[in-house]
Amino acid sequence: MSETTIPPILATTQPPVLSQVLANERVGPGKRWHKRLLLLSIGVGLILGIAWATSPRAKLLHDTESIATRFEPSVHAVAREVDRAINAEIEHHGLVKAKAADWRAVDRRISLALIGNGLSLEETRVAEQLPEEQRTIWWAEYLLKDRRTYDYLAERWTRATVGTNNGPFLIFRRRKYVDWMADHFERGTPYDSVVRDLIEAKGSWTDSPQVNFLTATMDDADNKKPDAIRLAGRTSRAFLAQRIDCLQCHEDYLGKVHFPESDSNEKSEDTLVVAEGANANRTGQQSDFHQLAAFFSGVRLDNAFVGLRNSTPDYRMTYLNQEKETLVAFEVPYLRNLVPTEGDPRHRLAVWVTHAENKAFARATVNRMWAILFGKPLVEPLDSIPLEGPFPPGLDILADDFSKNGYDLKRLIRTIVCTDVFQRDSRLDGEVASETVEKEHEACWAVFPLTPLRPEQVAASIHQACRVHAIDEGSSIISKLELFGGVNDFTKAYGDQGDDEFSQQSVTIPQRLLVMNGSYVSERIKNNPVMNAATRIAQLASSDKVAVEMAYLSTLNRLPTGAELSAFCDRMHNTKGPARSQTMGSIFWTLINSTEFQWNH
Amino acid sequence: MEPLTEEIERSNSREPGCDSLRNYQRRRFLRSGAYATGGLLSQGMLTRIAERLSIASEAKGNDKLAAKSLIILWMQGGPSQLETFDPHPDTKIGGETKAIQSSVAGLQIASTLPRTAEIMHRATLIRSMVSKEGDHERATYNMKTGWRPDPTLIHPAIGSVICHQTEDNIEIPRHVSILSGQWPSRGGYMGSVLDAFQTGDPKDPLPNLKSYTEKKVLENRLHDLKEVVESEFRRGRFRELDKNKTLHESSTVRATTMMASEQIKAFDITLEPSSVIDSFGNNPFGRGCLAAIRLVEQGVRCVEVELSGWDSHVQNYSLQSGRCAILDAALHSLISQLEERGLLEKTIVMCGGEFGRTPKINVAEGRDHWPTGFSMLLAGGPFRAGHVHGETTHELIETGKDPLLGVKDAVRIEDLHATLLHSFGVDFAKELQTPIGRPLALSSGSIIKSLW
Repeated sequence: MSETTIPPILATTQPPVLSQVLANERVGPGKRWHKRLLLLSIGVGLILGIAWATSPRAKLLHDTESIATRFEPSVHAVAREVDRAINAEIEHHGLVKAKAADWRAVDRRISLALIGNGLSLEETRVAEQLPEEQRTIWWAEYLLKDRRTYDYLAERWTRATVGTNNGPFLIFRRRKYVDWMADHFERGTPYDSVVRDLIEAKGSWTDSPQVNFLTATMDDADNKKPDAIRLAGRTSRAFLAQRIDCLQCHEDYLGKVHFPESDSNEKSEDTLVVAEGANANRTGQQSDFHQLAAFFSGVRLDNAFVGLRNSTPDYRMTYLNQEKETLVAFEVPYLRNLVPTEGDPRHRLAVWVTHAENKAFARATVNRMWAILFGKPLVEPLDSIPLEGPFPPGLDILADDFSKNGYDLKRLIRTIVCTDVFQRDSRLDGEVASETVEKEHEACWAVFPLTPLRPEQVAASIHQACRVHAIDEGSSIISKLELFGGVNDFTKAYGDQGDDEFSQQSVTIPQRLLVMNGSYVSERIKNNPVMNAATRIAQLASSDKVAVEMAYLSTLNRLPTGAELSAFCDRMHNTKGPARSQTMGSIFWTLINSTEFQWNH
Repeated sequence: MEPLTEEIERSNSREPGCDSLRNYQRRRFLRSGAYATGGLLSQGMLTRIAERLSIASEAKGNDKLAAKSLIILWMQGGPSQLETFDPHPDTKIGGETKAIQSSVAGLQIASTLPRTAEIMHRATLIRSMVSKEGDHERATYNMKTGWRPDPTLIHPAIGSVICHQTEDNIEIPRHVSILSGQWPSRGGYMGSVLDAFQTGDPKDPLPNLKSYTEKKVLENRLHDLKEVVESEFRRGRFRELDKNKTLHESSTVRATTMMASEQIKAFDITLEPSSVIDSFGNNPFGRGCLAAIRLVEQGVRCVEVELSGWDSHVQNYSLQSGRCAILDAALHSLISQLEERGLLEKTIVMCGGEFGRTPKINVAEGRDHWPTGFSMLLAGGPFRAGHVHGETTHELIETGKDPLLGVKDAVRIEDLHATLLHSFGVDFAKELQTPIGRPLALSSGSIIKSLW
């Protein structure tokens, strides 16, 4: 082979090595080497950035020993107390209660409630390594260490406290508000303290995200003051489960709103016993609502840099059938003795709302957490628990425990998860005699209730089911962005329920069409050996049986029955290559489109 | 699951339309006829017969007059009444907009709508709409539902109410939203089953309507879904789980029926002559209006077509003029085509947005939100054609004074809703039991009698 001569024009364009460059006096400091060093740095930075974005982090999931496998004994004791109360009610109605559900079904419920989707195949496999009796508690404890839980719970709480409206563009930062709440939930800040921070918030909506609770109600047209009326409604519904909005316009002529008589309040000053539940109740007056709203009337926004600040309360109202406007003083509708005599109005209101003797606060929180875990509250509607009762079995047991243990939301979750009621099957053995019996079973919690998944739960569950690995804090940035973007787009197309968190709406035709024919599902079940679980299972499973079992675990978080296994193994039989992947994609499609996948059970 | 709604008939149930002066006069006339026969039958008996005949006559008459479909041209963002249907040229508030004579004697509208001016004799114009909502989201809710936002209850949009109160046997959705934006019409407490079916530009195929797999593959999937997976889930649960609880399987059946339905062609505007498509402007909104006509022809009850971009806080005139150019061609062709196809009598077209814009022009040459005296155009149905209701002042209302002082014969949003429902033969005062246990009327408004 003859030696190749390099044409001079190419020879001169060969880049000199760095030492040559540095040695060359024509390329000294401040000249070309600076530019090259900069380019080199950018290149290295890009490579490192891509590597960082695509690489998974260390996963807590695989550190199984760092997660507790038992709850505190006192949690079990309270859970048993709740069980006894609810079981007594079931027996009173002469109903049969369901047996304990399979651990996978229970873990799926916990997962849907706390992070908004079912378990990944990876998570199921890790849980299977533990003794069966530890798997549920381990899974709950694992999720209580997982940031996803707090992000999701904060989002649900945000709906309750500021709604789902976009809010005023310049003075409302929803994302900051959600993050602030998630941080406090993760840190374990007592819930009463979180609520006091919200009611008393001052300053800028960016520096003090809790201020967004107030600015969310400000109108673009009059951005000087938060809307005291909307804040009064929110406060009473979200924190006390008292729907008093109708009193805004008129007295309670429907007899829906009752407060303990003022006499009872006075008596309670001596005894420090809450007079709720007493017979002496009065119906709500228009003034009850507006006196509550008056607590928020002294908040102003004069300067965007300073944010919200307190000023002199000034709340005026012309009551129904009155001609003259009245200056309304701030006052709470019941248990007035619990309001401090010192401090600014919102501080006094915050103390009253979260006072240990104002049991409506603990009841409202328990009812909301119960609803998140079960998909259905103990008392319906969620934000309307009559002060005078009667209260369903278990509510006050949980409320008392919540109040006595520092308003600890994590303990409340553990306690509810620990109950037999939560771990009960959603079906009875054998056929049920009639539908009415079944409705009674759900009403008494003799079976775990069937509830439709929320739109974002459907979206996240589809995405997670179609990926082998869990998408969590340990996942790459790209995986997390894919989940976040996908869920947002799907939820927008599917239709968000807005503030109506627990309304059990039936599925619509467009929603069925979206899941049956939409690209969100088709992209995730098509032949893609890098991303999609269906393809990877089809290619890597050792047999048809194993493949079908993995498809069931990924989607429905359970193993198939004999009949199901047989039916789908028949479909898989003798398939190879792309046809096998397509068949597995079809199995995924079938399971994702089922009632079982799209309902909590 | 909550029951959808339980109707509570009021103690004195009224036939639709019994409030109207015309019906009252007809009943009185028939009664007087009965009195005139005298003698052979007792007066009381004749009175009862006359009453029955009168009510039957009214019901028949109302059925004949009642509208069948509603097309809402939704101008999201707040169109300026001064640049559309209520110009005040050469005044302090008029801005650059000029007025032109319309086809109705003495009625001038903005020069931005020359084609619309030609068909104003077919329309009914309200120039005195008022509300208390000045925020886009809240005002949109208010205008679409007829109720101000209430945190305890989500009210249904008017299209959902009409669908809830009527029955049809078609295979495609009865409530459709074309080019739906951020806040499409919803079923609210009446259920998501009455949410508007949302679609985009009609030139594109309907979303998610075609399966991406071969027919045989889809059949296998649906077979496995029903016979293998759903049957296992039903075991040990509610008797008739689907019917009594989830409605999931029946929704799957309805979805597959719609996928195979011939009626779907109503969405396909390419089946129209190109000259017709062009007359609507051949832009997304124009095509949406044409699709609305095809859907109404097929029996769809309510179609909403959205034209956004009216929020002109800066450069109001140029922005509003641009939007008006799109609206003008489409609105003219919509009314003309409905009439040509014999649909205008049974179809009501409503055109407007969530509020109007301030009479005062701001420093950025824009107009801000103005819920106190804005315009709404109605056409078709039983309304008085060529009629104008209400007016606004050309004076600038001083800051601090009640802006309602500048509005004559104000019409509240709830009154507009009551009037529309009444025109569909729906008893708007009928109360439904809502999921929060509170009985609620379909509308809290009153009929705007001058529109009839």
